Amino acid sequence: MTYLVGESMTGGYGGADILKSCTIGVDKGEIAVIVGPNGAGKSTAMKAMLGLLRLREGRVALDGKDITRLTPQARVAQGIAFVPQTRNVFISMTVEENLEMGAFLRKDDISETMDQVFELFPILKEKRRQVAGELSGGQRQQVAVGRALMTHPSVLMLDEPTAGVSPIVMDELFDRILEIRQAGIAILMVEQNARQALNIADKGYVLVIGENRHTDTGAALLADPEVRRSFLGG
Amino acid sequence: MTFLTEPLNALILLANFVLMPALSYGSQLALGALGVTLIFGILRFANFAHGEIMAFGTMVTILVTWGLQSFGVSLGPLPTALLAMPVGIVATALFCIVTDRVVYRYYRDSKSPPVVLVIASVGVMFIINGIVRFIIGPDDQRFADGERFIVRARDFKELTGMSEGLTIKVSQGLTICVAVMLVIALFWFLQKTRTGKAMRAFSDNEDLALLSGINPDRVVLVTWIIAASLATIAGTLYGLDKSFKPFTYFQLLLPIFAAAIVGGIGQPIGAIVGGYVVAFSEVMLTYAYKKFLVYLLPESWQPETLVQLLSTDYKFAVSFLILVVVLLIRPTGIFRGKVL
Repeated sequence: MTYLVGESMTGGYGGADILKSCTIGVDKGEIAVIVGPNGAGKSTAMKAMLGLLRLREGRVALDGKDITRLTPQARVAQGIAFVPQTRNVFISMTVEENLEMGAFLRKDDISETMDQVFELFPILKEKRRQVAGELSGGQRQQVAVGRALMTHPSVLMLDEPTAGVSPIVMDELFDRILEIRQAGIAILMVEQNARQALNIADKGYVLVIGENRHTDTGAALLADPEVRRSFLGG
Repeated sequence: MTFLTEPLNALILLANFVLMPALSYGSQLALGALGVTLIFGILRFANFAHGEIMAFGTMVTILVTWGLQSFGVSLGPLPTALLAMPVGIVATALFCIVTDRVVYRYYRDSKSPPVVLVIASVGVMFIINGIVRFIIGPDDQRFADGERFIVRARDFKELTGMSEGLTIKVSQGLTICVAVMLVIALFWFLQKTRTGKAMRAFSDNEDLALLSGINPDRVVLVTWIIAASLATIAGTLYGLDKSFKPFTYFQLLLPIFAAAIVGGIGQPIGAIVGGYVVAFSEVMLTYAYKKFLVYLLPESWQPETLVQLLSTDYKFAVSFLILVVVLLIRPTGIFRGKVL
């Protein structure tokens, strides 16, 4: 049984359905990547699993429990952490305060988790007293991922984490995401950079106009001639 | 030493008629503007009812003060109103929370644009306006008691041998001390406590705050309690310093908004700086400099007129002018707040 799964999700933001019986799942210690052309509903599928979108049909389950009716905040409390694509840090607060806010729900000692985040992103330790708004795009992205990790999540959702960062920073970020997987966290990611993302993916979902077009391991999708021709530029 | 006497007298004159009044008035505006700026930062609307909230809090404080006075309770040299203020704060906080539940929450939940909330706050303003006049009446009320002066002009003259005297009223000293303590406490709260940080996070990025598990209802509740406390304290201090008249509190709305916007709305530090900027501009532009110049200039240069740049009747024009200039030239204010 898949740890987090959205089964035959159908729905949209009022009006026409954006998702049409779309199924996405990810297991612990696994990276699942959603790719597809613009307007395919990639981010929408992820937001539906977080509860930011009301589903008309289908269900979302976490560890076998139905969470379809839970609010996003309740799902965060259940262990799903989300890194939005934009506005994903508190720009007027220091790096350290950003991390503290990530752990807001926790009542236990957070210093150990904070050390782990600093170990993962050493630059953040250096800049802990600096305001997040003054950091570079790549560093902000690290703060955003770090904030999400502070909740001690079992699932980490990333909405286009490499949007707008340089290729070097992107490789670096993907390396960190692989490290996070080592900790047994389920990682679900929407990516524009499909080829690089599928490279590190255990599971890949190719969405087209809100439907599952191809589902396979990352390596198999990269090897599939049709996927290569249609979505990876040959 | 005699060559120093005249300039010193001029300085004492300015301290007495400009520095002290502007410092205490500025502190009162700063406390009011802090409330406006917090509401704006967290609830995301300009609260036009803030002046009336100040009037409401002061009214409750006055009523309790009268009660205490009739029982013969007093604080000695300090005004009895200080003893009554906690009751005023609690009543005003409850009143604000009820208003939020009845009026603002509906618009917040239905994600109305800020202008709808602003107009709703104008409605609330008129209602509080009516309540205050209904209970205590539209007239001037005096409730200051205890010692009136910390330093008297006559004592000062005897002590220093100067021909100009410096007066420091208890209400002025009290205002400045209380304002400094409150500002320190508020900044400590916002910077160091869990709830304070949650408020800043909520103000910075509401969606991300929700995703971090920050409870929006609690943030809103604490914001109202703080804004109501600041408003009651600012209103009471203003009433002790001058007098309490509901209409004056309604008029205070303009300099308070000017202060919040000059400093950068949504920025607490800006509200404080803005409060003093507005107060000093108002007092300095409406002060008659004749006597000051008489001390400094040779006899043949001495002015015939009052050398008053603006009649005190126009003091509100100063706030208005500051507001317009800031909005035209630097709409984010000194400390880069949000744009209204």
